[in-house]
Amino acid sequence: MTKRFGDTIAVNDLSFAVNEGELVALLGPSGGGKTTVLRLIAGLETPTSGDIFIRGHRVNDLPVQKRNIGFVFQSYALFKNMTVYRNIAFGLRVKKWKRRAARERVEELMQLFGLEQLGHRYPHQLSGGQRQRVAIARALAPKPDVLLLDEPFGAVDAKIRQELREWLVRLHHQFNVTTLFVTHDQEEAMEVASRIGILNCGRLEQVGSPQEVYEQPANEFVARFIGVMNVIELEVRNGMACLDQIAFPAPGYKDGDKVRVGFRPYNVRVSPSTDEYRCQAVIRHTYFLGIMMRLDLELPSGARVCARLTKEDYKRLGLATGMRVSFQIAEHKILGAAQNSNAHTAAGSGCTHGER
Amino acid sequence: MRSAERHFSALPGFRFTLGYTMFYLGVIVVIPMAALALKALELSPGEFFRLVSTPRAIAALQLTFGASFVAAFVNAVFGTLLAWVLVRYEFPGRRWVDALVDFPFALPTAVAGLTLASLFAENGWLGRFLVPLGFHGAFTRAGVVIALTFVGLPFMVRTLQPMLENFERDVEEAAAILGASRLRTFLTIIAPTLLPGVLTGFTLAFARAVGEYGSIVFISGNLPFRTEIAPFLVVIRLEEYDYNGATAIAVVLLVVSFLILAGINKLQLWANRFNR
Repeated sequence: MTKRFGDTIAVNDLSFAVNEGELVALLGPSGGGKTTVLRLIAGLETPTSGDIFIRGHRVNDLPVQKRNIGFVFQSYALFKNMTVYRNIAFGLRVKKWKRRAARERVEELMQLFGLEQLGHRYPHQLSGGQRQRVAIARALAPKPDVLLLDEPFGAVDAKIRQELREWLVRLHHQFNVTTLFVTHDQEEAMEVASRIGILNCGRLEQVGSPQEVYEQPANEFVARFIGVMNVIELEVRNGMACLDQIAFPAPGYKDGDKVRVGFRPYNVRVSPSTDEYRCQAVIRHTYFLGIMMRLDLELPSGARVCARLTKEDYKRLGLATGMRVSFQIAEHKILGAAQNSNAHTAAGSGCTHGER
Repeated sequence: MRSAERHFSALPGFRFTLGYTMFYLGVIVVIPMAALALKALELSPGEFFRLVSTPRAIAALQLTFGASFVAAFVNAVFGTLLAWVLVRYEFPGRRWVDALVDFPFALPTAVAGLTLASLFAENGWLGRFLVPLGFHGAFTRAGVVIALTFVGLPFMVRTLQPMLENFERDVEEAAAILGASRLRTFLTIIAPTLLPGVLTGFTLAFARAVGEYGSIVFISGNLPFRTEIAPFLVVIRLEEYDYNGATAIAVVLLVVSFLILAGINKLQLWANRFNR
């Protein structure tokens, strides 16, 4: 499906399917069209072209009210003139549930969500995490076919985020409702979702399991967006792209072409002995990232490469800032021909996604 | 009352600012009110009652409070609508319409009264069409309501605008996704959320209307028992050098206004329960 707002294309020829009971993340930078996709599914926007199916039924012409969707807004959008209880019960009242059935459903949800004591509170008397739970409970109460979550953890602080992620996974197991959630946090998507769709500029770049998108990124955007990657631009000579002493085979490229080569920092092997591997470098910086260490290596040509290893390995090898080392790259990927507009040269490149 | 000494504050000195506030309120509000009350105390209860229970005084007070209430109510409905349109929709000339709302604030009320009276008079631009239909806008009670609605409008709109701007559209969308119709969303979510603001606007418009004098004098015709408002009767009494009569009516205006405002305030506390 496609959605245009005037001249801007918010969603461009997007097509994907979510299986019954699946938990799928839509991941991408802000302004990538993620929220628009959710709004299209919910019926808050009308697609410029294309169709939307829920459980095999085309819902394009179905008004918002009839789509039986649960939607959790980034801002939660709680009804602030209603208590927690009445917020959760709202959808049930509208759908004319029997009084007793509705009360049981609301009480069940409040218990599951740890809101039993808060039934009489108003939204402004709740913490951010509590509000979010009320928003999800409200969306789940009428037993929707699909649950859509827009940046569900965007507004809470880092520590609560972690708890909420685990909670969301448990919740999904319990209710088994087909869930699509939007996030710009790749870690969050990797941890929570069974499949991830990566969205950029309204285009779906890749859909796959967390492992697939991490290990076999479909293109450079995905590779850079998921995890950390070194991207270096190299010139091809004799069918090889050479980074100092390391030569990457570049089949299909002519001599003189420039290609972009990507490799993950954990695929860089570092040795304190300068002749163990073929490539020489100096450790310019070391960063402490908890159990991992990140090293910035400077090559004799001036190029920079980012490496990652565990703290144990770092100690065992006796590495330190300023040391001369040798290294090799265990695994790499030719990302494609260099774009002229992009002025990445071997000297200027390095880690494209600074981690934390 | 809590001293603010230990906290950083942009204005210097809690004592100084509080002292100044008290002095200011005293000079501007308390002393004139007290003078009025003291003057009224010179009257014996019997005398006071006789002065305010003359049929003419009762008719004037009824008209003042009745017309003010109706005008504030009309503004509550249409002012809310106007504020909604101004906040929610983008249309050519929106800024002009927005500026027009302040007109009744700026226009001298006597000018407003004169203009309205000539518009609704039998040969006026509007009266020409309305009078044959049986609607007399000038020199009638309806004219009083029209003038009071005019002066009260900006209070309603300006009170509600910021509230509506804070009202997230997500909330309406959330209700729709849960299956609620527009009407239901309006009745169960939008209206209760806006009610405290509407009540505040109502209070301001009402208070303004009770005290209004300039515009009414011209549009109502000031017929005793029919279109004479209480503030005008006060002026008549003063011109007759009947200070006691003037004071008694003024005190009733003051006390009744105070009671009504206190009542609305209670209602407002209830309407705003979800924000406390």
